[in-house]
Amino acid sequence: MYVAVKGGEKAIDAAHRLLADRRRGDRDLPELSDEQIAEQLFVGVSRVMAEGALYDPKLAGRAIRQARGDMIEAIFLVRAYRTTLPRFGYSEPLDTAEMEIQRRISSTFKDLPGGQVLGPTFDYTHRLIDFNEDEALEPDHRPVDGSIDAPHVMKLLDKDDLVERINYDPADDTEIEVGDITRQPISYPADRDVRLQNLARGDEGFLLSLGYSTQRGYGRTHPFVGEIRYGEVELEFFVEELGFSVSIGDIEVTECDMVNQFKGSVDKAPQFTRGYGLVFGQSERKAMSMSLVDRALRCDEFGEERSAPAQDEEFVLSHSDNVQATGFVEHLKLPHYVDFQAELALLRQLRREHEETQEEATE
Amino acid sequence: MATKTHDNTTVGYNFAYLDEQTKRMIRRALLKAVAIPGYQVPFASREMPMPYGWGTGGVQVTASVIGQDDTLKVIDQGSDDTTNAVSIRKFFAKTAGVKTTTKTNEASIIQTRHRIPEEKLQEHQILVYQVPIPEPLRFLEPRETETRKLHALEEYGLMHVRLYEDIAQHGHISKTYAYPVKVDGRYMMDPSPTPKFDNPKMDNCQALQLFGAGRESRIYAIPPYTKVVSLDFEDHPFERTKFENSCGLCGAEGVYLDEVIVDDNGGRLFCCSDTDYCEQRREAGHRGDMLGDAPSYVKSSAEADVTASSHHSAALE
Repeated sequence: MYVAVKGGEKAIDAAHRLLADRRRGDRDLPELSDEQIAEQLFVGVSRVMAEGALYDPKLAGRAIRQARGDMIEAIFLVRAYRTTLPRFGYSEPLDTAEMEIQRRISSTFKDLPGGQVLGPTFDYTHRLIDFNEDEALEPDHRPVDGSIDAPHVMKLLDKDDLVERINYDPADDTEIEVGDITRQPISYPADRDVRLQNLARGDEGFLLSLGYSTQRGYGRTHPFVGEIRYGEVELEFFVEELGFSVSIGDIEVTECDMVNQFKGSVDKAPQFTRGYGLVFGQSERKAMSMSLVDRALRCDEFGEERSAPAQDEEFVLSHSDNVQATGFVEHLKLPHYVDFQAELALLRQLRREHEETQEEATE
Repeated sequence: MATKTHDNTTVGYNFAYLDEQTKRMIRRALLKAVAIPGYQVPFASREMPMPYGWGTGGVQVTASVIGQDDTLKVIDQGSDDTTNAVSIRKFFAKTAGVKTTTKTNEASIIQTRHRIPEEKLQEHQILVYQVPIPEPLRFLEPRETETRKLHALEEYGLMHVRLYEDIAQHGHISKTYAYPVKVDGRYMMDPSPTPKFDNPKMDNCQALQLFGAGRESRIYAIPPYTKVVSLDFEDHPFERTKFENSCGLCGAEGVYLDEVIVDDNGGRLFCCSDTDYCEQRREAGHRGDMLGDAPSYVKSSAEADVTASSHHSAALE
């Protein structure tokens, strides 16, 4: 009896061996390779890279395999690896206007410079399971021509002063101090840079629900998709010794610019406001959710009433991280019998006293 | 023997896993915490290779204070052999190659979850607590911006009202663990979910007590010989949990007991939650009334096999 409540090293080792067995599954079937996962399950890989906060498709593929397809477990593996890597510095800001575009759509303009590029999307597929492999579509091998000159939609609106200006200007040399949530704990109230960092690695499901809630009236922001673009961007790193920036590679990102209404105030003319989302890999759902939540969290800036969960900075930022969330929820599996014992003792005492007062009352 | 030496550290990782910059950052937070007893110092908590909520704060603190000559003991629920204690002990055996022990008096660092050892701690020892929610006011005020303000103003009325309401409703303060304390007459502090039975051990303790909350990015401390008072009222003084039974295995009284269901008829065994304390007593010849004809102590061949299951099941059969 007593044996059942105690663990020990042998039990842990045995459990790990059993896990390795289940992970491998039927030995008659070939084992998945990391490359297969990185290539064929890229959307899943994107999520692990984004929320794991490390761009490495092959490593993310390996993590998914090791985690038996448990995405949050895979994200955790990547995070725990990432935190051990040496920090050389910070990259230059990404220039997403120069993106090698694979997909780019706007829902605010019918046509625009660079055009609407549908690209690889599930959007207009009929969600029918392909039971007959023969009927499945022949893949199109032609590479998507990424050399489209497509300025940001926001830039076009910006010219007419219809939309709030972005604070950052690449030509401006003044240093902007950007926070780093991996090096400084978040303190509240948080600035937008810190909020966006938190959202960028926040749980897709959590942000999706929060974004959804703003659409249903809990912190309404009247959003339009100004633009979603997905493709490759060049990552540049300023090398102190050289005195200039060098390209250190290309990464795939999805960017979403949400256009939101703002009525204006006494000293400010009415203008569109913005919500922003940027995610590793292809993940429009996450990028869109992020931009909805980003805009909702800016309520104080525009003097909007702060009443909904999605507008509540402390609530959103301190619960968005699924590695933290899953750890704390699942820690309830750990033994708590010392505390439970204390509760048990008190409960017994309270019940005894209750009985005594009942008896006294009946006497 | 209970103390075990480990030679190999993990290839590719720094001593005790964390890199030296991270350790320096944590040590700075620790120094600040020691300088302001009971104050929660924010620190840039790292992802650790075990989940948040499973002791990442304690592990980061231990990793930052541990040296090659240290001897580490890890307990969870008072016991060295609960799975998570085993896992954390193995982690440091693997990444730091330090000596590990199950004996309280042999340890220089003791990492704990939910208990303080029964044996009195000494000046040369450090007790590291794993903390889930560092803020004692969190369930009365969910916002960090507010609770920090309350601490700054030493405005602890909320908690006193909460405790008073308990008395009004139940006749007792119904907090049995994570019972709030005041440290050095200034900061209200959550002692982590240790049972209130252990609160008096924190007061004027000879050892340095460090608290790490990884998920919440907070560190706090009680320096040695610091006054720690459990909150109470003049007419309702703090009461330690009392047990009617003595330990069924070693006969100890006035210690914290685990209640174990031993058969299908609801038969109960009460035994020491501090397994090391219980073993030491049985080794010294003490016997509880549940031992029957079983030998009071079974010597094990190696520490790896020291599981309470092997002792206790032998004792129960």
